[in-house]
Amino acid sequence: MASVSHHLDVPESQPESSLSGNMYRWVSTVDHKRLGLLYAMAALLFFVIGGTQATLMRMQLAVPNNHLISPAMYNRLFTMHGTTMVFLVGMPLLAGFANYLVPLMIGARDMAFPRLNAFGFWVFLFGGLLLYYSYIGGGALYGSGSAPDVGWFANAPLTENAFSRGTSTDYWSLGILVSGLGSVASAINVIATVFSMRCPGMTLARMPIFVWLMLVDSWMILIALPPLSAAQIMLTLDRHVGARFFDTQAGGSALLWQHFFWIFGHPEVYILIFPAFGTVSEVIPVFSRKPIFGRQAVVAAAVAIGFISTSVWAHHMFAVGLSSVTNTFFAASTLLIAIPTGIKVFNWIATMYGGKLRFEVPMLFCCAFLFQFVVAGLTGVMLGVAPFNFQLHDSYFVVGHFHFTLVGGFIFGMFAGIYYWFPKATGRMLGQQAGRWHFWLFCIGFNLTFLPMHVMGFLGMPRRIYTYAPGRGWEVWNMMASIGVAFQIVGLLFFFYNVIRSLRSGPLAGDDPWDAWTLEWSTTSPPPEYNFETIPVVRSSRPLWDLKHPNDPDWRYG
Amino acid sequence: MAYTASPPLDATTAATEWKPPDRGTVGIASFIVAETALFAIFVAAYLFYLGKSLNGPYPRDVLTVPVTATICLLSSSGTIVMAERALQRHQTGPFRLWWMLTTALAAIFLVMTGMEWWKLIRHDHLTVSTNCFGSTYYGLVGLHASHVIVGLFFLTLVLLVSFRGFPITTQERRIKLLSWYWHFVDAVWVVVFTVVYVIGR
Ligand code: HEM
Repeated sequence: MASVSHHLDVPESQPESSLSGNMYRWVSTVDHKRLGLLYAMAALLFFVIGGTQATLMRMQLAVPNNHLISPAMYNRLFTMHGTTMVFLVGMPLLAGFANYLVPLMIGARDMAFPRLNAFGFWVFLFGGLLLYYSYIGGGALYGSGSAPDVGWFANAPLTENAFSRGTSTDYWSLGILVSGLGSVASAINVIATVFSMRCPGMTLARMPIFVWLMLVDSWMILIALPPLSAAQIMLTLDRHVGARFFDTQAGGSALLWQHFFWIFGHPEVYILIFPAFGTVSEVIPVFSRKPIFGRQAVVAAAVAIGFISTSVWAHHMFAVGLSSVTNTFFAASTLLIAIPTGIKVFNWIATMYGGKLRFEVPMLFCCAFLFQFVVAGLTGVMLGVAPFNFQLHDSYFVVGHFHFTLVGGFIFGMFAGIYYWFPKATGRMLGQQAGRWHFWLFCIGFNLTFLPMHVMGFLGMPRRIYTYAPGRGWEVWNMMASIGVAFQIVGLLFFFYNVIRSLRSGPLAGDDPWDAWTLEWSTTSPPPEYNFETIPVVRSSRPLWDLKHPNDPDWRYG
Repeated sequence: MAYTASPPLDATTAATEWKPPDRGTVGIASFIVAETALFAIFVAAYLFYLGKSLNGPYPRDVLTVPVTATICLLSSSGTIVMAERALQRHQTGPFRLWWMLTTALAAIFLVMTGMEWWKLIRHDHLTVSTNCFGSTYYGLVGLHASHVIVGLFFLTLVLLVSFRGFPITTQERRIKLLSWYWHFVDAVWVVVFTVVYVIGR
């Protein structure tokens, strides 16, 4: 039985609305909803920081022979941008959505381990701050105070003492090690919650698809993040007690680091995209007024991706010169994983087909997600073909490809989720008009920035260069990419304006503004601390449909 | 809207037979999966560097099979089961006895590992920075030993609170979770033993 869990213990004497009382409540909270919001707010903060770094890079690259930014600073910018976006934006946004929604969707009153949950958040935040402290404390070759500059995958032996003096690389490895601890803690929590806290009648087969995807996602976190931690422990041993793991001058292997990193790194990109998959699988049916097409197939495909994702890592290493048998295996597994991913796309399109579509803002983001994610998948399949990869490895084609998955897929999916669940979390609707401005500007800007990158790649522009000479046909594409960033920034300004305005004076949402079918919409907006007054009992995968249509409930057909 | 109070969505499906698994059990099982992934990488590193050290000492020159330590650690899995059985029968006395034995066996294992390291460092001059063998050996065995230390801490904690008169029989569930962790540490030792002292020599 879902038990009544630990609640927020706020001393009664705390005055209701004083600032310090409020702060105290947020800092000491173990409530899954508050922690979810804390995760999301921290992620948005880091998103602004990572976005600023990206903007600086695009300003530098807008014209050839630019001297706005020094080469050393450019190295730090792309390293910090990539690390921030993956570990301090992607992971906490994922954890925030999972924390907020999983208990509500399965009719539970909290996560399985509320205090572990709080631990996970604070440890993650500490890891992030530790990474950023490197700007102040990270001594490097050229004076003090410098951020890591070894790229987000920190290839050996560049990270060894001989090449990376000072402490900036240590901030990278320890900061991410610590924040990874938080991710593993929250993954354990999600798994225990899903298995042990479901309300009566919520069988695995009836569970919302979002919850299913977060379950598979947490599983991937469990088996993918510890390898990174292990590699970072080894790297730290190398740097501080003279171990030889990745020290090529003493028999260590640079290749081994790449294997270890990508054993983590490739599942990681699926880990990041899964919350977007889950969100899209919840939003599209509601705004098409149809149940999702092929529910079992969506879930089965997710499980299949979860398994295959652990055996594709070396497609990041085709250009290393592994044996051709190895290359063939990893090329095949990479192409294989496109199949379950494609199945999902067909499911979403088939859900929309013949539906009564309502193009509200969440749905707009889902449509853009569909288009952009298919583009990303297609370039991914191209890169999965080893000989093609030899040509375009480490070029801007790759940068375009993975930003289509991470921004066009993940970020767009998360924006769909924010517009969809914001009313539940705050009790107020986000503005339609501003939402549409946000969507169109961000969508146009995104495509303007990243579509040209594919062309730049074909024209031979390598990634991670701080400037380039004129006359190679790269100028116009780079200029387009940089202009696109301006559109994205204005779009994001609309978003933040929208959020702030709605929080203060947005129209009240009511319990169920979208006429949806999953359990989170059956309670108030925002939900009370205990979520549900009485623990619900469900009989189908659309419990609210059953409630609203007593004459035609889903369970009659299942 | 109408369903503010979120009424039971279907009262006929009573909650009678709804028994999801215990959250602690699922939690510790997930934790063990993550730990396995962590160890797997260290094991992989050890195997990868077998025979790749550029200079000595090499495993076959310096490693001796730690028979006594292994026997101690593996039998502590048995004694902890006995302790659990005693707890199920609410017999505090035998529980304390078996638990004390488990703790002692763990401590002996740790001391013997320490002695082995002492010999390797002092006598054979093998440190973590000597060669790839040293790095991977101390990495893998050290990771395992650090898990034994954590286990020993909790074993001692339980021992202390039970001797201070805490009603330990109420904690059957938590003791079970701790014993799962301990079995895991033992199982990892079987792997480490095989890799380091059987295959690696
Ligand atoms: C939304 C606007 C974004 C812009 C304009 C942008 C721009 C860039 C630029 C210019 C680079 C450097 C390319 C190079 O010199 O090689 C880069 C690298 C990267 N970006 Fe983004 N980015 C954005 C969002 C994101 C997001 C949301 C993520 C992940 C969730 C992300 C992940 C990465 C990664 C992993 C790298 C590679 C870093 C490295 O080479 O070590 N980016 N991005």
